Amino acid sequence: MRVDYYLYLSAVLFTIGAVGVLVRRNAIVVFMCIELMLNAVNLSLVTFARMDGNLDGQIIAFFVMVVAAAEVVIGLAIIMSIFRSRRSASVDNANLLKY
Amino acid sequence: MTPLALTVVAAASSSSGAPATLHEAVLFWLLAPIAVGAAIGMVLARSAVHAAVLLAVVMLSLAAFYTAENAPFLAVVQVVVYTGAVLMLFLFVLMLIGVDSTDSLMETLHGQRFAATVIGLGFAVLLVAALAGALGSFHPRGVGGAEAGKGNVTAIAEQLFSRYVFAFEATSALLITAGLGAMVLAHREPLQARRTQQERMRERTARGGGEMAPLPGPGVYADHDAVDTPALLPDGSIAPASVAEHLQISRAKPHVDVAEREIGNPR
Repeated sequence: MRVDYYLYLSAVLFTIGAVGVLVRRNAIVVFMCIELMLNAVNLSLVTFARMDGNLDGQIIAFFVMVVAAAEVVIGLAIIMSIFRSRRSASVDNANLLKY
Repeated sequence: MTPLALTVVAAASSSSGAPATLHEAVLFWLLAPIAVGAAIGMVLARSAVHAAVLLAVVMLSLAAFYTAENAPFLAVVQVVVYTGAVLMLFLFVLMLIGVDSTDSLMETLHGQRFAATVIGLGFAVLLVAALAGALGSFHPRGVGGAEAGKGNVTAIAEQLFSRYVFAFEATSALLITAGLGAMVLAHREPLQARRTQQERMRERTARGGGEMAPLPGPGVYADHDAVDTPALLPDGSIAPASVAEHLQISRAKPHVDVAEREIGNPR
């Protein structure tokens, strides 16, 4: 087994997450797919650290996790406030900016 | 011992972990299909709770990959922060919003799903091809050299508090801002001012009738002070208001009057 298999796995997971963002309508599931993409990128960062022989990749993955935590908090609060005003978590219903 | 077995043992005993060992290969080929399957299931799952559980499977297998890649600190953070905190936050919001808020199956844009799948497949092919072209041949060095025998956590901490200290401080500001933002976004202004106890008392007095003072507590002057024992009035009769209506199963008199018993056998 070669180390770069992790990178291929990461690419596949990222693609699945991206397709999920495009296909799903429920805002929370879309958000989960974004988390999946972030996780896939973290996996490739850790693998890059191993290939390059320094710890920078691991530290950047750590920062990605911190930023993802902050992003989840804000995103879920936005989803909740949209749900409160529209009684729906579907991304199709939030279309006021469309026109 | 065959040469193959010798190389396997040599690879397994190399402590820096730069080349992938047999253990790692077994771990990878066990968990990678599980992770990919769970990710696909997450996209296809009808219920959002199922999607969350499948995402937990993906995250936990990624944590296992981190341990295999000499990143034990990140593996622990992955389990604690991602699977423990972030995903539980997802589940909380899912329960608040309502589990049964199903996905609308109607396609707003015609053929969007098909197009998204095709684009996704093309993207995957591009990524994998670019990776295969860029990687070619390389020799992974492993992070053992960077750790310099100090261990993963210590080495990461040294880098984090020296080279990356400004980024670290910036994330602290970011986290505080995010907490504040969540409070502002989730805050709901009350539609009308909250009624105080004084106002409610005034209303009750103006309405008249009923009890002005609190109702008598159960068991006052009676033998027991259980909630289903009615209070006794000073003349020995039962105060019916002292027991909640649904507790008044039988209208039996409380057993013995305390006053009577004291008279009967004085100490």
